[in-house]
Amino acid sequence: MDAAALTSRFPATQDLAGKDMPTYRVAGSDLLAVVSALRDEQGFDLLADLCGLELQGRPVRFGVVIHLLSTTHKEYVRLHVDAANDRVPSVSSLHPGANWHEREAFDMFGIVFEGHPDPRRILMWDAYPYHPLRKDFPLAGIEVPFPAADVAEVTGQKVEPAPMMGGPFVSHGGKLSEGEPSALDQSWTEEKPKA
Amino acid sequence: MVKSDFGYNSKVEGEVIVTRADAVVNWVRSNSVWPMPMGLACCAIELMAAGGSRFDISRFGMEVMRFSPRQADCMIVAGTVTYKMAEVVRRIYDQMAEPKWVVAMGACASTGGMYRSYATLQGVDNIVPVDIYISGCPPRPEALLDGMMLLQEKIRNEGGSLRRTFRGRTVETKIVS
Ligand code: SF4
Repeated sequence: MDAAALTSRFPATQDLAGKDMPTYRVAGSDLLAVVSALRDEQGFDLLADLCGLELQGRPVRFGVVIHLLSTTHKEYVRLHVDAANDRVPSVSSLHPGANWHEREAFDMFGIVFEGHPDPRRILMWDAYPYHPLRKDFPLAGIEVPFPAADVAEVTGQKVEPAPMMGGPFVSHGGKLSEGEPSALDQSWTEEKPKA
Repeated sequence: MVKSDFGYNSKVEGEVIVTRADAVVNWVRSNSVWPMPMGLACCAIELMAAGGSRFDISRFGMEVMRFSPRQADCMIVAGTVTYKMAEVVRRIYDQMAEPKWVVAMGACASTGGMYRSYATLQGVDNIVPVDIYISGCPPRPEALLDGMMLLQEKIRNEGGSLRRTFRGRTVETKIVS
């Protein structure tokens, strides 16, 4: 790919020196222009992936990572975008395939994609109040009303935190091996320094 | 089958079998349990295998998988029940005509299985009354067939009415004979 064309045209773009593929940090305001320039001028015509992530210890909490593939040149490019105020422009208008990916990132992290044609949740039900993949959301969940009020009335069921450490059906036997995460020991969810 | 339910005496002319209406009704029901395959995750693959020629669920009169709740007697919950799907499972159960039974197939349907998470209902018995639980992740088709034979046994011993309790409420269906 023509890296110089990209960085000279969008001076806010920062080369992150990706080890496996060209990687750039793109300003949110430039995102649509960058993606359309890559698509129309450099042949990156396929959106391979779009996902949200939470960046701990950075001033901007959430980010979005986009992988684009050029089907003619057989190469990838990776774009990082910080979600200032939890907002990122939607690239669904350029790559329709981004639609559901952006809905998932919104559902799991609460990142708002501006200009998204259908900004609904995709995995959790519409009335769900939380964004479960955020670091401050417990794996077991938080009690909320059951999705359907009429079913809740008949069954008395709520959305309850799942049993963890020592709860019903959770073994007390400890770990089987060091590498294996278990419900008893939640320390594996803590952030560890990268090896 | 309970022995005393059917009386057959070869000395009696005309090949008469004496029995109770309940026993006949239960016998008929137990041999034509039409399942509603509520396949929600990987266990559904084993459920499909049970319908194939190797395991041949039709030996028990259960091969007629009905995707319409109106035509099914037994809901086989095969898979992970998420909270989002739980609503649908309950609605389909409500749409099934009495008498109806529920089989929780596998660890997920029975207890939530390995999914101790915010998204998963911890056992389908929280929202529908379950008759048979089948352990395994996934249970082999033999285990499913074993569970279904237990269900047949249960149906054959139901006494004249179907009485089940669910969260303190008694659900009763009278057999009209
Ligand atoms: S019990 Fe195991 S095989 Fe069955 S649905 Fe759950 S995870 Fe899949």
